Order: sequence, then C-alpha cells, then structure tokens
Amino acid sequence: MKNTITKTIAKYHKDKTRLMDILIDTQEELGYIPKEAISQIAEDLHMSEVDVEQTISFYHFFSFQPTGKYSIYLNNSVVAVMMGRKEVASTFEQELGIKFGQVTADGLAGLFETSCIGMNDQEPAAIINNMVFTRLTPFRVKEIVRDIKEGKPVVDMFRASFGDGKNASELIRSVVSNNIRKIGPVLDPFYKPGEAIKKIIKMKPEEVIEEIKRSSIRGRGGAGFPTGLKWEFCRKIEADKKYIFCNADEGEPGTFKDRVILTELPRLIMEGMVVAGYAVGATEGILYIRFEYKYLERYLENILQKAREKNYLGKDIGGKKGFNFDIRIQFGAGAYVCGEESALIESAEGKRGEPRDRPPFPVRRGYFDMPTVVNNVETLCSAVKVILNGGEWYKSFGTTESTGTKLLSISGDCRFPGVYEVDWGFSINDMLEMVGAVNSEVQAVQVGGPSGALIGPNEFNRILGYEDLATGGSLIIFGKHRDLLTDVVLNFTEFFIEESCGSCSTCRIVPTILMKKLKKILNARGVAQDIEDMTEWGKILRASRCGLGQTAANPILSSIKNFRHLYEEKVQKNKTFDSGFDLNAAVLESCEATNRIPNI
Amino acid sequence: MSKPIVATTSLAGCFGCHMSVLDIDDRILELIELVEFNKSPINDIKKFTKKCDIGLIEGGCANSENVHVLKDFREHCKILISLGECAIMGGLPAMRNGIPVRECLEEAYLNGLTVAGNTGKIIPNDPELPMLLDKVYPCHEVVKIDYFLPGCPPRADLIWDALVALITGDEMKLPYEVIKFD
Repeated sequence: MKNTITKTIAKYHKDKTRLMDILIDTQEELGYIPKEAISQIAEDLHMSEVDVEQTISFYHFFSFQPTGKYSIYLNNSVVAVMMGRKEVASTFEQELGIKFGQVTADGLAGLFETSCIGMNDQEPAAIINNMVFTRLTPFRVKEIVRDIKEGKPVVDMFRASFGDGKNASELIRSVVSNNIRKIGPVLDPFYKPGEAIKKIIKMKPEEVIEEIKRSSIRGRGGAGFPTGLKWEFCRKIEADKKYIFCNADEGEPGTFKDRVILTELPRLIMEGMVVAGYAVGATEGILYIRFEYKYLERYLENILQKAREKNYLGKDIGGKKGFNFDIRIQFGAGAYVCGEESALIESAEGKRGEPRDRPPFPVRRGYFDMPTVVNNVETLCSAVKVILNGGEWYKSFGTTESTGTKLLSISGDCRFPGVYEVDWGFSINDMLEMVGAVNSEVQAVQVGGPSGALIGPNEFNRILGYEDLATGGSLIIFGKHRDLLTDVVLNFTEFFIEESCGSCSTCRIVPTILMKKLKKILNARGVAQDIEDMTEWGKILRASRCGLGQTAANPILSSIKNFRHLYEEKVQKNKTFDSGFDLNAAVLESCEATNRIPNI
Repeated sequence: MSKPIVATTSLAGCFGCHMSVLDIDDRILELIELVEFNKSPINDIKKFTKKCDIGLIEGGCANSENVHVLKDFREHCKILISLGECAIMGGLPAMRNGIPVRECLEEAYLNGLTVAGNTGKIIPNDPELPMLLDKVYPCHEVVKIDYFLPGCPPRADLIWDALVALITGDEMKLPYEVIKFD
C-alpha cells in the first residue's frame, strides 16, 4: 500500500492542492482511505492529518471504511423512486444479504445510497465501481449480483448494447443513452472543432468580449449573470495568472444536459474554454466534472490529448505567438454544493467544498486567489457559436431578456424524457406537448430542480426565461397519481439536508426542522399553525451564504404556495396545537436495551 | 379576586432554576402575598389539588415520568413557562442525544471505568422505574409552552419580573443586563 500511495503522490508532484486527485486515486485503488494512508499522505504533502481527514469526510465518494470490492451506489432521487427504485433497492438488499450502508462480510460488495447521478432520463440507475448502470429492474439486479459473486470485472457485466452516439465508443463503452430529442445551435451535430479558435486569433481579445456582450448571453447555470460582463471584469484586472473554470458539476436533481454535451460535444466545451481564455488573458483552464461522470474520463483525456496534438491547446495556439492555454480535468468526489462557483474553486484547490464569502467574487480572487472566470458548460458552448455566427445572429433566438437557446433536461412522467434544446420563451404547455405528456394528466412540474419552483396547471402558460421562470434546465413532470408531498417535497428536502456543507447554521438546522414539521403533517399530527410556521421559518434561510442554503426551503415553500390544499387536507381540524411527540416511539429504544415491555 | 395559583416542578434539571427562584431573597415574602403555591418542591405539595394559573417547568424530558408530569402540568395550568436552558433546549442532559440509549446504559452500568460491584451485569429494568426516552426533549417538543425564560439558571430578577408582569398584566421590563448572557 505504501508504494502505491507514494506513486500516486509523485504522479501529482507532491502538490497538496491536488489532494482531491490523490484521494480519488487512493480510494479507487484501495476501495477506501485507511488511517495509514492518511498519515502517509499528510506527511508527504506536509499537511496535518486533520486537514486530509476533513477533505475526505466532506465528499460522499470518499470513505474511511472499506466499501467493498464492488461499491454499489444506488441513486435515491425523486425520479428514481418514481421509476421503481424501491423494488430495485430491496432486490439488491435481498440478493446481497445486506442493508444500505453495509458491506458484505467477505468484503465483496458494499451497498450505498447516493443523490441524483445525472441519469434522470433512464432511472433507476446505479454507479458500480465508477461505471453507470441504468434502467435497473429487479431482474437486472439479480444478474448484476450474480456477476458480482462470480467476480466479473464491471466492464464485462453489461448484457445489453451500449448507449447511442459516443456512449458506444471504445473509450466509453457505457449503457448510458444520450436521449437527445431536439437540437439547436448548441447541439448542432455539424459543428467543426477549431473554427472559432481560427477566428478569434485574428481578433483582439476586447473584440471577442464585445461580440459576447452583443449577444447578451447570460450564465446558463441558473443565476444568469451576463457572460460578457464577467469576462470583461476579469480581463481588466491585472494579474500574473488567470484561470478559466468550466463548471460541469451539475448536481441539481433532474439535470443531465452537461452529461450529454460532455459525451457528444466535448470539443465544443474545450473550444469554449480556449475562447474564454483568449478573451480574458487566462493561460490555464480547469474542467471540473462531477464524480458521477467518471466513466467519461479516458474518453475526455484522449480528446484533450488530440487537441494538444492539433495545437488547439498548448503553446502558441493556432500559430498565434504567446497564446498559451491548456486544460486539465478535475473530478469532484460527490458534493452538490461544489456546483457553487466558490465551493468549486475550493474543491479544485484540494479542500472541502465550502462556499467562500463573497465579495470578493472569483473574477477578482478565485483559484489560488487569482482572477478566475467560472462558466457553465452550456455557456461556454454557446459562446463558441456566438463567435462563429455573431452576437446579432444569437439574439435572433429567444426573447429580449433571455437571448439564445436553452438545453432542457426533462424527466418524470412523460413519454420522451431527454435533452431538448429550445429557444428561451418556451412555455410549459408547449414543453409538455413536446415531451409527450398528456396535459390533463399532469399534476405539477418542478422547474429548475429542487431549488426552483413547483408549479401547477394554472401556471403552465408561464415561459422559461430569466424574466419569468429562470432555470438551469431541469424540468421534472409529475403525473396526477404522484403523492407530491411524500414522493417529491420530502425527498427534495432530505436532499438539501444531505448536501448541506454545514458552514451556515441556518442551512445546517432549518431544513431539518422543516423536514420534521413536514413529517409531522404527513403522520397526521400536524395543525394549521405548522403550515404558517414553515412559511415563516423558511425565510430564515435567506441568510445563508450560498445558493444551496438560500433555496433549501424552496421545495416546501413553493409547494405550500402552489399546492396549499395538499397540506390543509392533512392537518387536524379539531386541534390548534400538537407537538407530534410520541411517547411509545420514544421509549422503544431503551426498553429494547433493557428487555422491558413498555408500560405507558 | 382570589390570588393566582403557581405550581413548579423540576424534570431533567439540577434544581438550579428553583434555587434561582429562592434567590429573589426577601421578595419571597412579597411573592406569597401575591400568589398561592400549589404542587411544587418549594412547599412539598406532591399532587395538584386544584387548577393553577401558572406552571414553571425546570428541566427537559429525559424519561417517561418527566413526560407524564409535564402533561399533568399542561392539564392543570393555564400558562406554562419553560424555565431555564434544560427546559428550553434540553441543556446538559441533552448531551447524550448524539449517543444511542443502549450505549449510554452500557457505559453507565456495565463498561464505565467507575462501575464496580455490578457482578450480575444488570442494567436496571424494574417495571417501577421510569423508561428512558431515546433522547432528551425540550418541553415545547412535548406540550405547548407559552413562555420561555432563558438562562442557566435564569436570573432571580428575571423570574421575579416575569411573574409580576404576568400577574399584574403589565408589560415586562427587559433591560440589557437581563437579556445578555456572556
């Protein structure tokens, strides 16, 4: 073990800011990160052991205990549950003879839960040793467990054909499907890599920024900050070094568009990063990808290598003297909050992914305190198209406030879940028709993932755009037969509790209190006051530092706002107060421990 | 008008809050002019003999007995006040809340360094004993609490002022010294 770790540390030049990579490799090689490994890493990197430990403890896919030769992470997101996760989960438990959170006695397999893995269009899905298994059924689970018991390598466990497009390519070989249902300027399959680079090197960086500003494109992660402005700020700051980050840490449940772009158009992303680098004067780009997409690693590394060979990356790009830019891939290790730009940067520096206090914003002090532009995958891809076709052309798509197109990740109760590229300004009604959902059978649509809004039929005429329903692109459709409070609101709230980094006491505590209130109502112990309390207390979350905390009460607040009757049906009419306390349940544990029969 | 009736109790607390009640010093003479005491350790009345107006609760709920007493108070008192940290948020006893009950019991009766003489390896389980709850609950998670008087213990002046304000119906004075805790 000592030698493997020494080798790993040497691979990353004993650089403690690469701790994430060192830990990812160690976890992969040993199946966990044992105490001795922590000591050795700390010593070699001249860090304290607690510093290493605190990074390990932050991320979901790092473990202090063995996670089994086969580590199975079954997604527990809303759509997975809707598509039959329960049966799949119990089959895994039965076949392996263990519960979730346990490892078999022989150390063969470990079974764990995980938050949304970006496969909402093909649930239930699981990650086993970094490979993704989609559309699981109890029958398929039995096959998988049989293969595990036979000791088959994960890559040989597939029994169906590989997914469409590049998913079937030699370097990916995955059963994941793209499910591209509608293409537009960004998803244009006739894109020729390198054209934008050839064009920009004949332009001044300021001209590139002008063109981007002319297009009025705004950040596609959801917040919608004007991209041209961000680049201009960064350009104007004097610094020895600047960085471009591409944020491919899409963790918002229901979002999977970046997965499709990474699979089908990785060159477009890289070209976007080069364009941004040229515009702001950055020399290094970091493509931060969520751990769940690790199955794309070899494929993407190969594409980077090819780009270097073609001089689209490296020194004097496109023959332009002094235009140097290279990209490295940084994988996360399972943390939704790392999608927040400052947390993303912290994580890429090898630390816990806790959001920083802002200001200063990353454009001023980002990666290693240097000016850093963090852009969403889709933003960078759109920027390339703006350069190729002009800002005016780009403005011909969408609305005045929201120019261009948007990639939507649509899942849930519809015939054609998948990725759709549409003009901004698209209404929910149009969307439902497009994806083959019967309007009269739709109960609600979650726009923008859990942090967005849950809307009902009376609002289906609203449009997608920064002026109305701003969204990072996640749309989940819920049919009439779904129990919105139990299956959706509770699940989303638990997601926020699980993913809170714990820095702000508001986000660490309030969602848990709200969840207890919600459970109380679901257990028929709620009273009308509880609905008022949740509405009032949810507001406290706005004091949190980052978007995760600020929106953590949204599933509850927005469902109370738009589906109040669901709550009112469940609260007790004859009582004004009920604490929800259950003495029988509270004494159960001690009675078991002392072999007593509860006598209340 | 007859005098308002006050009851007090200490659940999972240390009696510090009751000590603080006594710390009102000679005003206690004034107090008995103002109110009548019913069930309370102060006068050693063990059972409610009539409906009360104000109930002061010290301590949170750590066992089934605490819950019964608290519910009894709620039934007999018009106004319930959580007195001090333990009643308000569990306080020191709630430090066990992060540890499973079984572990707590085993540490206390079987494995602890100071355990001696428990040769039969018995965790007390007589049916007469109250049953431990899975964690220590603050009072307002069990019954409705009307007012909260913070402090560990709450200052005697705070208790005095609160009681007087409640009885006279005047607004309570809350000067800075009363609401700062460090």
